[in-house]
Amino acid sequence: MRLKHYPVDGKFGRFGGRYVPETLIPALKELEDAYMDAREDKEFKRDVEYYLKHYAGRPTQLYHAKNLSNAAAGAEIYLKREDLLHGGAHKINNTIGQALLAKRMGKERVIAETGAGQHGVATAMACAALGLKCEIYMGAKDAERQRLNVFRMELLGAKVNRVEAGSQTLKDAINEALRDWITNVKSTYYLLGSVVGPHPYPMMVRDFQSVIGREIRKQCMSMLGSMPDAVVACVGGGSNAMGTFYEFLDSKVDLYGVEAGGHGIESKEHSATLCAGSEGVLHGMLTYLLQDEDGQIMDTHSIAAGLDYPGVGPEHAFLKSVERVKYVSMTDDEAVDAFIKLARYEGIIPALEPAHALAYAMKIAPEYGRDASIVVTLSGRGDKDVEVVQQYIAERSVAG
Amino acid sequence: MSGSSSSSTGGSGTRSDNAIDRRLRGLMARGEHALIGYMVAGYPDEHTCTDVALAMIDGGVDILEIGIPFSDPIADGPTIQRASYIALSRGMTPRKALEMAKVIRGSSDTPLVAMTYYNIVYRIGMERFASMARESGIDGLILPDLTYDEADDMIRVAHMHGMDLIFLVAPNTSDERLNMIASVSKGFLYLVSVYGTTGERDRFHEYTMDAIRRVKGLIMGRVPLAVGFGISRREHVRAMLDAGADAIVVGSAFINMIERSREDSKGRMLEGVRQLTYELKQATKQV
Repeated sequence: MRLKHYPVDGKFGRFGGRYVPETLIPALKELEDAYMDAREDKEFKRDVEYYLKHYAGRPTQLYHAKNLSNAAAGAEIYLKREDLLHGGAHKINNTIGQALLAKRMGKERVIAETGAGQHGVATAMACAALGLKCEIYMGAKDAERQRLNVFRMELLGAKVNRVEAGSQTLKDAINEALRDWITNVKSTYYLLGSVVGPHPYPMMVRDFQSVIGREIRKQCMSMLGSMPDAVVACVGGGSNAMGTFYEFLDSKVDLYGVEAGGHGIESKEHSATLCAGSEGVLHGMLTYLLQDEDGQIMDTHSIAAGLDYPGVGPEHAFLKSVERVKYVSMTDDEAVDAFIKLARYEGIIPALEPAHALAYAMKIAPEYGRDASIVVTLSGRGDKDVEVVQQYIAERSVAG
Repeated sequence: MSGSSSSSTGGSGTRSDNAIDRRLRGLMARGEHALIGYMVAGYPDEHTCTDVALAMIDGGVDILEIGIPFSDPIADGPTIQRASYIALSRGMTPRKALEMAKVIRGSSDTPLVAMTYYNIVYRIGMERFASMARESGIDGLILPDLTYDEADDMIRVAHMHGMDLIFLVAPNTSDERLNMIASVSKGFLYLVSVYGTTGERDRFHEYTMDAIRRVKGLIMGRVPLAVGFGISRREHVRAMLDAGADAIVVGSAFINMIERSREDSKGRMLEGVRQLTYELKQATKQV
């Protein structure tokens, strides 16, 4: 029960905390109080469960990927099918929970950040279903790259604000959402999309996502009769990974968090914050960051937009420091390779983000051996990435 | 534990602590109020920014606040964001910013306050940053994303180096919290005038004046009260001083002035900065 006790006073060891302008302190306290209260409320729990089941489509299945396991020539690989949820990703687990909380707090306006658009779409869906006004901040560059997702959010009734500042990507969208919240602190609920930001967000988002790990455990017990040997998930901000790992923190199961190695760590074009970053403070939290020697935040790269973030959830930084989770990275090439393999062998097109986790699971499968079982959280489906992969293959065959 | 017990050497050794407090209380004793001017190190470029600082001092700022640009300034509105972005893309660094402070210190005894985000200090190291800053003649430090709750180490290090750590409060800060913050804030207490980020505003709501009155009443003279964010006009300055502020911080208005003058000669731009400073300073003198 030790590791599951965190955060203590808003901190995971020395990580986490609240590094925000003073204006947000009362709002974060209000949010923390409201959440702690809701967490103990049977009616709130019932509402969350209702929407997760009837609206989002929980529980998701655990699928034994036999063909892929054979190809990897090692441990049996099981896929936690978060890609089958409404919206096509795990993001809805969190947006449903927080949108219900916003409603309970009497907030009429919800804001959120989005990178590639997954969290923005999931927020817009939850707000539409629950009758909340919704505004999404998205980096101008991301909005250009993901024009269809912008339209999707608009269809769902959200207003999309393009952020022209800084690098015009996810980190700038978070900055702008925080600025909006500072400005409209009384009326507005900030619905953060990952286990990042000031306390209580890393804890709260983890709690809403931890349904993933609870289901995995139950499903393993009934399908395998035992716990899995290893669990693997991809880490950008780290919400699907935290939701997957939390249930197993105080067990003996091996846990692997897979970051985006981009063009390789040595190329400096990657998003492998825990593998190659250093400690610092961004977006309200003390955590690992990709930063230069002066503390300026660096531009990151990954073929998977959802992993393309220069920070990481503080609980992951903590789990790295106590060596409970092993954090590794897989490159763009390795992720695309796994993406194609899963499509061919199992008829499942995964999102490029969990393709990183899949690539790593296939890599370690032989080391674990035939009798072992490895669970991979397939955090989203790959429809959004089909064009990116098509282009990637075309470029590679031209170059080759 | 008072005074500089560290190994810090350098020219500031002759300068005693509490320069900010002494300057503010000196003005208050004469029935005057203070103008604190903010500029971004490296804006509009590495060389001109020193001249901007000197023009502000020449125009009459009582305290100069030097912004050390950070890539992700969440407390700042579009004007300072843009200036920070330009400064960084033209190669400004924390070290260069502190070198600039040293140059200014060489020709003026106006108290200098560094304003930056906590990651810059954290990355360089609190101890090292404080020692470098003091050597450059920096008297105080403002970190808008370092709250009272997380500041124990920074308070200790700043104190050790004889540097004032200046805290911010907001209109929605509770009385209880305000009391705690007022008792640790050195130099002055910085009240954020509005719900929002930095940047010029046309007018202020009554809640701003209410906040000034409330904070002024609660701090009971423990520390001078500065009000900032959005202030750009003489009538704003007057209204805030009338409500009880001891000092006014102006930032974005200077940056907008520089931006508007980019077609002009450097001399004209600097004259504009000096003139704006003078006008705002005059407003702090009126009774």
